[in-house]
Amino acid sequence: MVRVRLRVDPIKCKAHGMCGELFPERIRMDDWGYPVIESRPLPDDLLEHALRAVADCPRAALRLDPIDEPGARVRPDDAD
Amino acid sequence: MSLSTPAEGTTSRLLPARPVPEDLDAHLAGFGPRPTVEPGAMIDALERSGLRGRGGADFPTGVKWRAVTEEAQHGGGAVVVANAAECEPASFKDRFLLTYRPHLVLDGLEHAAEALGARRVVIYTTRSHSDVEAALRAAIRERRRRDDSDRFVEVLVGPNRYVAGEETALIARVSGHLAKPKMVPPRPFQSGVDRLPTLVQNVETLAHAALIARFGASWFRSVGTERSPGTALLTVSGAVRTPGVLEAACDTTIAAIVDRAGGVDEAPAAVLLGGYFGRWVAADRIWNRTIDADSLRSVGGSLGTGVLVVVPATTCGITETDRVLTYLAGQSAGQCGPCHAGLPAIAETFHKVATGRARPAALELLTRWSNDVSGRGACRHPDGAVLFLTSAMEVFAADLRHHLKQGECRFSGRPSLLPIPAVEAGWW
Repeated sequence: MVRVRLRVDPIKCKAHGMCGELFPERIRMDDWGYPVIESRPLPDDLLEHALRAVADCPRAALRLDPIDEPGARVRPDDAD
Repeated sequence: MSLSTPAEGTTSRLLPARPVPEDLDAHLAGFGPRPTVEPGAMIDALERSGLRGRGGADFPTGVKWRAVTEEAQHGGGAVVVANAAECEPASFKDRFLLTYRPHLVLDGLEHAAEALGARRVVIYTTRSHSDVEAALRAAIRERRRRDDSDRFVEVLVGPNRYVAGEETALIARVSGHLAKPKMVPPRPFQSGVDRLPTLVQNVETLAHAALIARFGASWFRSVGTERSPGTALLTVSGAVRTPGVLEAACDTTIAAIVDRAGGVDEAPAAVLLGGYFGRWVAADRIWNRTIDADSLRSVGGSLGTGVLVVVPATTCGITETDRVLTYLAGQSAGQCGPCHAGLPAIAETFHKVATGRARPAALELLTRWSNDVSGRGACRHPDGAVLFLTSAMEVFAADLRHHLKQGECRFSGRPSLLPIPAVEAGWW
């Protein structure tokens, strides 16, 4: 089973607020109306709500990302 | 003419002994011709050298070159970009290096282009650094006249914006778009300029690579520490007698560096470490520490772009922070809500605190908002701005209480110690 987590593309997101309504278990809104998303892996019983939030985002800014397995070799992914 | 490897332990590597710009003749007289190094051997040498990027990220250079090479094998070729944007207002080291030793940087760029089989080679600088652009163009012309190599090195000029030197913003500009950061992944090594695997490397890092190609990995490691080998260029300013750019081994203490910058002319209170995305540290906590990554991490900081600003007790850290924070808030690319909306709100609230027009609850709000915006932009601009703020609130805690109650202090009116660039309007 691939573990997944919810991520928002902050450039696409324009604070419609739909995701916070649909998935309050993991998404809260900041003081400016933008979603703050818990990045922990999603358990199976939350997947349905997460998928609905992803599907209903009017900007298609929300997505489910697979979580890389730990121990993967160092890549420039870690550089910032 | 006889050329020999500089002695092990030499710490004056990148900068010439005399502050005279080196033309190609002087460069060849000092270093000899650029050696031809087979791509695999070049990347091996970089990996063994332990060289890390000097543009702020401190990422292992060899790992980065190898990753681009591997991606480029899928076809299409790679792009190499030398990052000479130096958008960090308190940093001058890249401009200094490019002014005095442009050919060492260009040698490093050639090594990168060869090792990666690059189909496009670019140097990216900033509109406000027109002297650097001129020096680079002159150096490239000199090489083209002399060299039998017909490699075309483009010089590209971007806007003087704080985030325009960030990797993904630079890639956008080189690809023909506005110089605004992009969401990652894909990372530049996977999909960068024109969607090709792209190496973006700071110009100081390229100069170190050119020396490693000539003198080898173990020579490079003969100074510095295991984790932070070699030397680094530093821009030292503030309450030092001779501010400027100097080169030091990575195991040098802040105290020794300040001594080389002429010593302090007033008792130091704090040091700004790394740049405007860096951290304030109380002077007594950092004075006897070395500048290697492990040492600075233990005070929560990093060398960043090599900026050290020594702030004396007679400079108001709160007022300085207020000015820089306002500048940083205005430097958001305006793409991501937490940065675009959050940073101005944070800067305005902090300005009220600094000028005695805020309620005590403002401090809690600033802490909560700082936590909220950190990590929530496509790039790390919000993270950097709030690290600058929260470390100031820690280091200047007593001053902060004074400002909250009584507004500006007797040092607030002093001229700004931290430079604030004129704000440029465009993104091209």
